[in-house]
Parts: sequence; C-alpha cells; structure tokens
Amino acid sequence: MSKILLHGTEAICEGAIRNGCRAFFGYPITPQNEVPEYMSVKMPQIGGTFVQAESEVAAINMVYGAAGSGVRAMTSSSSPGVSLKQEGISYIACARIPCVVVNIMRAGPGLGGILPAQGDYFQATKGGGHGDYHLIVLAPCSVQEACDLTYRAFDLSDRYRVPAMILADGMIGQLMEPVELPPMRSLSEIPEKPWATSGHYGKDRRVLNSLIIKPEELEPHVNELQRTYDEIYANERLAAEYKTEDAEIVLTAYGTVARIVKSAVNELRKQGIKAGCIRPITLYPFPDNVFARCAEREETKAFLSVELSLGQMVEDVRLAVNGKKPVYFYGRTGGNVPDESEIVRAAKDALEKAVKA
Amino acid sequence: MKVFEKTKMLTDAHMHYCPGCTHGIVHRLVAESIEELGLQEKCIGIAPVGCAVFAYDYFNCDMQEAAHGRAPAVATGIKRCHPDSTVFVYQGDGDLASIGMAETVHAAARGENITIIFINNSIYGMTGGQMAPTTLIGQKATTCQSGRDPKVNGYPIRVCELLATLDAPYYIERVSTHDVKHVLAAKKAIKKALKFQSEGRGYTFIEVLVSCPTNWHMRPVEALRFMGEECTKTFPLGVYRDKSEGKE
Repeated sequence: MSKILLHGTEAICEGAIRNGCRAFFGYPITPQNEVPEYMSVKMPQIGGTFVQAESEVAAINMVYGAAGSGVRAMTSSSSPGVSLKQEGISYIACARIPCVVVNIMRAGPGLGGILPAQGDYFQATKGGGHGDYHLIVLAPCSVQEACDLTYRAFDLSDRYRVPAMILADGMIGQLMEPVELPPMRSLSEIPEKPWATSGHYGKDRRVLNSLIIKPEELEPHVNELQRTYDEIYANERLAAEYKTEDAEIVLTAYGTVARIVKSAVNELRKQGIKAGCIRPITLYPFPDNVFARCAEREETKAFLSVELSLGQMVEDVRLAVNGKKPVYFYGRTGGNVPDESEIVRAAKDALEKAVKA
Repeated sequence: MKVFEKTKMLTDAHMHYCPGCTHGIVHRLVAESIEELGLQEKCIGIAPVGCAVFAYDYFNCDMQEAAHGRAPAVATGIKRCHPDSTVFVYQGDGDLASIGMAETVHAAARGENITIIFINNSIYGMTGGQMAPTTLIGQKATTCQSGRDPKVNGYPIRVCELLATLDAPYYIERVSTHDVKHVLAAKKAIKKALKFQSEGRGYTFIEVLVSCPTNWHMRPVEALRFMGEECTKTFPLGVYRDKSEGKE
C-alpha cells in the first residue's frame, strides 16, 4: 500500500478510526487541537459521534458513557487538560470500561508552556488519579507509530478492559511524515461486549459502577484489577533495541527524544564509543526485562536515561537495572529539546563516571 | 381481584432511603412512566452521587453510575451513540446544581435528547445535611448552622428558571411530592418528559421537590408541610418551557 503524508495528530485519528473508534469527545487545548478538528469532520462521515465538550472533565465522562454503552471511544488533550480528566479515568479504570485517552504532552507544571515535554510520565504510568489502578501506556516515536499504536491501543484496551493512553510529546503531535495506513476494519470484526449498557431490561440488565461500598467486595475487585495488570505485564511489554548487543553505554529514551538519541548513538559509534539505545514502546507495562538483560551483560558499563523532564522514567530504569550497573540521567524541560551533541556529551560523561567508579 | 402491582421497572431490592423521604416515590413515578410508555426494553439510566447513588440497584434496566455532577455528560455519550434508546438521568441538588452545573447547563444548551430528573431537597443528604445550592434563605444546615445567610452564603439557585433562558430545552417543569395531588401531577410531568424524549423532541428537565425529614430535623408530616408551604415559595411550581404548547 502506498504512503501518504500525515500530521501526527491526524495519524492518531486515522489509527483510531480504522480500528473502529466511532465516538470522539474533545476540548480545545494546544498542541492537540488538530485531533478534535479532524474528528469533527471525519466522525459524521463514517456514522460516528463527535461532541465538543464543555470541558475536559465532561469529555472524559462522555467517553465513560459512550464506551460503557459498547462503542469504541476516544478523547484527547494535552497535559493540563489530562490532569482534569484524571477523576474520570479513575472511575473508568474501576468500572473496567475500555477506551483510549491521548495525551500530547506540553511543558508543565501548571499552565506551563505549549512546547514538547515528557513531564506527565509519572501521572500516566503510576495511575494518575486516585486509587490503585494503571492504564496501558503506549509511546509513539514517529507519525507511523502514532497511527499503529493508537490502532493497537483499542484492541489492548478491549482485551483487558483497561483504559489505554497514547503518551506522545508535542513534537510527535506536530510532525508530518509519510505513513502507510492500516485498512479500515469492519465493525462486525470487533469482539462483542457482553457487559455493555446498550439497553437491557430485567434479568439481562447490566450495571457499570465504581462504587463498591462493602470492603469485602472492594478488595477482591481491586485484586482482580491487579491480576489483570500482572497479565498485561507478562504479555505486553515492548521495547525497540538499537545496537545494544555490545554497547558499553546504553542510552534510553521514548518518543521524540528516542530519535535524537539514536542519532547520538551513531555519532558515539563514529567516535569509537560502543553505544546503544533501548526505546520503551510500552511505558506501562515497563519493559524491564530488556533493561535487566542488558544490565547482566559484562560489556554494559552504564545506562543513561534521556528525557524531557527532571527525571521520571529513570526511576523505572533504576528499578529494572536493580543496582547491577550505574544509571545516569540527562533531561531538559520547559519545552526545550536536547540536540545530538548534548546527548553525546552526557553519554561520554556517564561512561567516564561509571569507569571511574 | 388484583388492585395494585408494583412496576416491573423497579427491582425487588430493599431501598435504603430514610423514613419519610420522598425519593422512593419519585423512583416509582419514573419507573412506572417508563413501563407505561413501553420504553423499558431499550432504556439506560444514570445514577448520581448523593442519596440516590444506589439507584442502579433499584431501576430494573441498564444503569451507569456517574462521577459527582457528571451524569449529563455520561448521558450525552450514551445517547449520541444509541439515539433510539431512552436515557434518563437522576440527580440531586448538590450533584446537579453545584459540582455538575457546567455539565447541566451544557447538556441543556446542546439540546441533548435525554430526560433529567432533578431531585431538589435543598440539602446535602448523603453526607449529613450540609448546605446545598438550593438551601433556602434562613434554612439551617451543618455548614450554615444559624441558617443560610445571603451575605455569607449567597442565594439559592433556581435551576428551572436558569435553564429556561436557553434556546434548546424542549420541556422544563417543576413539580412537588408534598401531597397526593402533587405526586400525581409529578407523574404526569415525568411521563410527558419521557414521551417527548421517545419522540425525539429534545432535552427535557423535571425538577421534583423532595423532603428530607432526617436532615431538616422534622417529622415526615411536618417536612411535607414545610415543602408545600416554604420550598414552593422559593421554587414556584409550574411549566417553564413546553415547546409542544408553544411555551418558549
């Protein structure tokens, strides 16, 4: 199939639409406005639903209703707006309603700035709202992957009845790249949802609820959620490795940063330094197995996590490496993106420190 | 000879409402109306947060339990995806007129084809009697213990009147449950709203005045009298919008 030139936000929309998304609820916030704009045109053309909600809070609750009634539904926003959605996401996680939430991250905290950042890693991967729960979190690093991972997010979310998040930075959202779109999936191919509240009466009636007032019932429910997360952890961890086989310094990054890190790895190799990169694709579940394997190798001297934050994913890297090798961090914030030379320098520093130690 | 049968739109679950509270009556009016209109086979209800939080145990159809104040947004999501279904929302005054005011106003402004049953007992019942957006001037609550003082607490919000400033709503009426005559009138209004929805006419909103003897610290009969004599002064009963009758 031929490739077409697409904007990152459009690729996310096409990935959703082509895997059966027929309801979208959005609210304007930069830098993701192209998502609701695109969906407002496309949804009516394919018999779907688009509503510009009165707030991010309303939008996520419209997703609760629509996805709860059995339709594949999505909402998108950017960091401050995703904070507002957290209440709804917690209810959705407890009521086990599959859906997809897109976060095109901008710089925070507060209203912050509108340029790319990765400061929402903790919020996305550790639950985000109140209570014990997780989302399946996927991090694209290209426009093609933005499409493919959004497509995949709907299947994963349905399979486990766990909400999924596409965690992309503002750069991925705003890039234009050639994309090969997946074919349009027929709605009849999507598995039935016997739990959906699409209108049943009497003994067939279904209830979607997150109030489980009796402790002897809530604990088993939360444990059941955890069993699902364990299953997701066992089956779905995913990372891309680049030249890690003999690497002395293993860099790690996701999203936009991973692309710059890849260039830095090539430059380091040119300078005679054996560098490699692990790019987590699933941020939850975190692909700790890939890091653990690298940490076991004798050649590996150190890890360096490069992020558009003050150090968030690096905590999961440290847990995965488990003290076997030193783990260093290099990050930029405020909407600034490091260039190749900064990363090369940080990698050399890290390696030097590790060798000295 | 059978003279009465409970509507099948209510389950056999034992209701948790306090003695003298008229929530149970309104549940029955909604359930009977749905059954009498033959809408029960394709019906989805939204339960609120507050005293009616367990409504999903009582209505004998598909139910979703919404976050505090978000029920009209949840209903929007369902109804837009299932336009042939009947979607009703059951909310109290704190849920609808305080934390959920944005969702309330915007669902009405969009003219969502849903029916909202708004229970106004002028108090936060479930949490133990705090001041509501509908608490009357001078009425005591645990967070305004000398009575609601407009200088400190502002004034009660009249939701029917507020929504009637919008173009989209099709039918808005305020009814009461303080005596049999008014209960029968409330049933008529609720049934009319659900019928309008089934005909695809648009947004329908019924505010029902309900008593709260527990948190008003009154005997049930006294509470009914207070509702009829006092609550109706701040919240006048009547039709605020009925496009079928040309009332804009």
